[in-house]
Amino acid sequence: MKKTTKNIIYIALLLLIFALSYVVDIIAPYSMLVTVLRKGAVYALVAVSMNLLNGFTGLFSLGQAGFMLLGAYTYAIFTIPTAVRESVYYYYEGGIINFQMNMILAMLLAGVVAAIFAYLIGLPVLKLKSDYLAIATLGFAEIVRALAQWDGFGKITNGSNLLKKFPVLDNTTQYFLIVAICIAVIAMLIHSTYGRAFKAIRDDEIAAQAMGINLARHEQLSFVISAFFAGIGGALLAIFQTTVQANAFKSAMTYEILLIVVIGGIGSITGSILGSFLFIACSEWWLRFLDEPMFIGTFQVPLLRTGFRMVVFSVIIMIVVLFFRRGIMGDKEFSLDRIAKLFRKKAKGDKK
Amino acid sequence: MDFIAKYLPYLLAGISVGGQYALIAIGYTMVYGILRLINFAHADIFMVAGFIMVYASASMPIYLSIPLVIVLTVVLGFVVERVAYKPLRSAPRMSVMISAIGVSYLLQNTAWYVTGGLAKVYPTIPWISDTVTFMGCTTKRVTFITPVLTILLVVILVLLIKYTKIGIAMRAVSKDFETSQLMGIKINTVISMTFIIGSFLAAVGSLLYFSNYATVTPTIGAMPGLKAFVAAVFGGIGSIPGAVIGAFIIGICENFIKAAGLTTFSDAFTFALLIVVLIVKPNGIFGESTSEKV
Amino acid sequence: MRNVLSLKDVTMQFGGVVAVNNLSMDVNEGEIVSLIGPNGAGKTTVFNVITGVYEATNGRILFNEEVMLENYPKGKMKKLYKGENAGVYKKSVVKLPDKITKMGIARTFQNIRLFKSMTVFENVLVAMHLRRKSNVFTATFKLNMKEEKAMREKALELLCEVGLEDVKDELATSLPYGKQRRLEIARALATQPTLLLLDEPAAGMNPQETDELTAFIKHIRDKFNLTVLLIEHHMNLVMDISDRIYVIDFGKLISSGTPEVVQADQRVIDAYLGVTEDE
Repeated sequence: MKKTTKNIIYIALLLLIFALSYVVDIIAPYSMLVTVLRKGAVYALVAVSMNLLNGFTGLFSLGQAGFMLLGAYTYAIFTIPTAVRESVYYYYEGGIINFQMNMILAMLLAGVVAAIFAYLIGLPVLKLKSDYLAIATLGFAEIVRALAQWDGFGKITNGSNLLKKFPVLDNTTQYFLIVAICIAVIAMLIHSTYGRAFKAIRDDEIAAQAMGINLARHEQLSFVISAFFAGIGGALLAIFQTTVQANAFKSAMTYEILLIVVIGGIGSITGSILGSFLFIACSEWWLRFLDEPMFIGTFQVPLLRTGFRMVVFSVIIMIVVLFFRRGIMGDKEFSLDRIAKLFRKKAKGDKK
Repeated sequence: MDFIAKYLPYLLAGISVGGQYALIAIGYTMVYGILRLINFAHADIFMVAGFIMVYASASMPIYLSIPLVIVLTVVLGFVVERVAYKPLRSAPRMSVMISAIGVSYLLQNTAWYVTGGLAKVYPTIPWISDTVTFMGCTTKRVTFITPVLTILLVVILVLLIKYTKIGIAMRAVSKDFETSQLMGIKINTVISMTFIIGSFLAAVGSLLYFSNYATVTPTIGAMPGLKAFVAAVFGGIGSIPGAVIGAFIIGICENFIKAAGLTTFSDAFTFALLIVVLIVKPNGIFGESTSEKV
Repeated sequence: MRNVLSLKDVTMQFGGVVAVNNLSMDVNEGEIVSLIGPNGAGKTTVFNVITGVYEATNGRILFNEEVMLENYPKGKMKKLYKGENAGVYKKSVVKLPDKITKMGIARTFQNIRLFKSMTVFENVLVAMHLRRKSNVFTATFKLNMKEEKAMREKALELLCEVGLEDVKDELATSLPYGKQRRLEIARALATQPTLLLLDEPAAGMNPQETDELTAFIKHIRDKFNLTVLLIEHHMNLVMDISDRIYVIDFGKLISSGTPEVVQADQRVIDAYLGVTEDE
């Protein structure tokens, strides 16, 4: 295939996706599909940001929920309209912030705050290796969660109470647009000379250093950038949920995102995106029937009741983890060439 | 006297919870020592042990349900290793850790399904759950049993590892996985044994822990699990006495922070401590350092 | 002749084991110098000390007259130290490997360490990262196209130089052994060094390949104005190529000089053949 035709097909695909996201809002505004698309998009961004760190730089970090919390809180705190602050910060005399920021600026600020925290925590923590890094970042996320709930910060964070009534996005296309831009930036980074340096570190730290790559600086960079996008992802999650509470950002959230990355393929951006939509669709929608009692004639199908969906879902995940260890995409990316190749192989196989 | 009256309950609670963390921490530290794996599912095995007790005690007397809890928990630990970790023996370490997270997810969701997501009241075990008064402070008898039982079990375990054949094999495997395999040590037996011991101690820990806290929920394992892991790291992962000492320190510190009125931070403190320890002394108090050969 | 690399009293001690003991050596501009010795003599450790992978316990290393490393036994090592010349050096200057590479020392590895997920081409490309002028922002948003293009051209040029241009899009680890070694050299050259350290470049090669390698090392030395320090076991290659040779055994220097001098040295013969020390 020629490069130009390929680019045209890619652009057409992208436009098609956006068009679909637009149409969905019109024909089925309150459907499960809308929920899946929006939440899937948010998780896709967070999963890609985690993949940048775990998959491309080889740093096993489990602090994603912490950075998302920082992003979600930053966004919520600065965008609650001044008029309703009194009712939101009911227990803290309306809080101490008396202005409202623009949504987009607040989203960027959400990323920046997460990035600043990542920089500071990274200074000591990034000296640690593999599992130690994982457990230290996990600990960091728990500390952030405790701080956000602390009464002493109540005037800013509303303590352990909900933050709500902040502006939200009202159509799916907007979610897609923001997520697409962020993921595109991450993809461009990965394809730049810095991305190559990250992969070199992942493959062999000692050789990477011998090639003159400053480990500390590049790891820090990857960590901060990943946190930046996790922060934006957190802001989007806040928008999706319309309320924010620190308790939602437990380590279980990080584990879910990690599982998405694994299902999609560690080291594949498109894998993370696909993995995210599949994960959300399965957990929220496709397997929902498992939670409802079902009758075939007068026979009641056994086992089906609330909670069975998640059991089946976790079994599926275990199967993927054990038997399809490379995930959907492995470390490859989605491309027309690969699809064409696949078809050609099939065709060849059929002839034989 | 006032001082004692004020802080003694916290100290006792700290020692007791420290002992419970210690019993969980040993499972983490032994598995890490041999497989270099943070067994995230360990905390959930502890949780499942709690639920088994809830259901077992409903249909049979306590003196039967306690051994049953221990046996079933050990079987669970054994099965988890065989199903979720053994097939990944030659896979990168990250895959095994992810598998552990997957098992944890599965156990939690299954527990949620079985219980309908409701907290279950833990049965009162006679004698252990009785209240006693010590120097003017009222507490359950389990508070005093825990440290004694913990130390007793640890001493037995240490002797076991030091003098029995399987114990020597365990030490060999933790020093050098491949060489010990070449020396004819049955690696799978050793690993299974590690999980059996770890699960056994977690089951005992759960009996003590839940006697104190009274309710069991599907996610209750997460926090004590993480803290026990921190204790293991604190003491130098791979070292059993280290894990026990670490667990007691964490249990006591945590309760004194509660005494100071900073309950919100008792969890955060544990992790702050972890990060500080990792940075200042990455191999923990009793850990050994390793370096990569170029 | 200008001095490029100078080791003075370098000792590397791991716990109680002295891997390199009070080694002094010099490499001058344009020379090809070999470091030889029986297995386990500490040759690779010397490389690891020069390139900053290990922090020497005692001694000083100069690169182009600039202090690249200076250290003395500290902390626990103060008591444990078994090497010589403790107390001569009082400063502690330690540079990380990436800084040393940036100063102009590149190396290859004895146990080949290529980036396994990358193609041959990318392996060379990534080694050019350290000479970049772009920052993360300009690189991400493709504002450095000129530089990127130059990098790619240079990488291709280097691959042609080592004769790997036809396999440039294959995975580095899928190459046969000999080609992987050549790729390691290309990758090292991409960092634009003035001093090249080769750790057993001829390992696993047959005599014909070894001859080719001899010519090749001389060729790149001339083309890129390099100074070369190499570790090798193929004595034909060593004697053929070296201007001077250093021989170490048990971490200590036992002989040095031109190939003829070293070949005739009884201590070298003893070290290689092994003699029982009878008093």
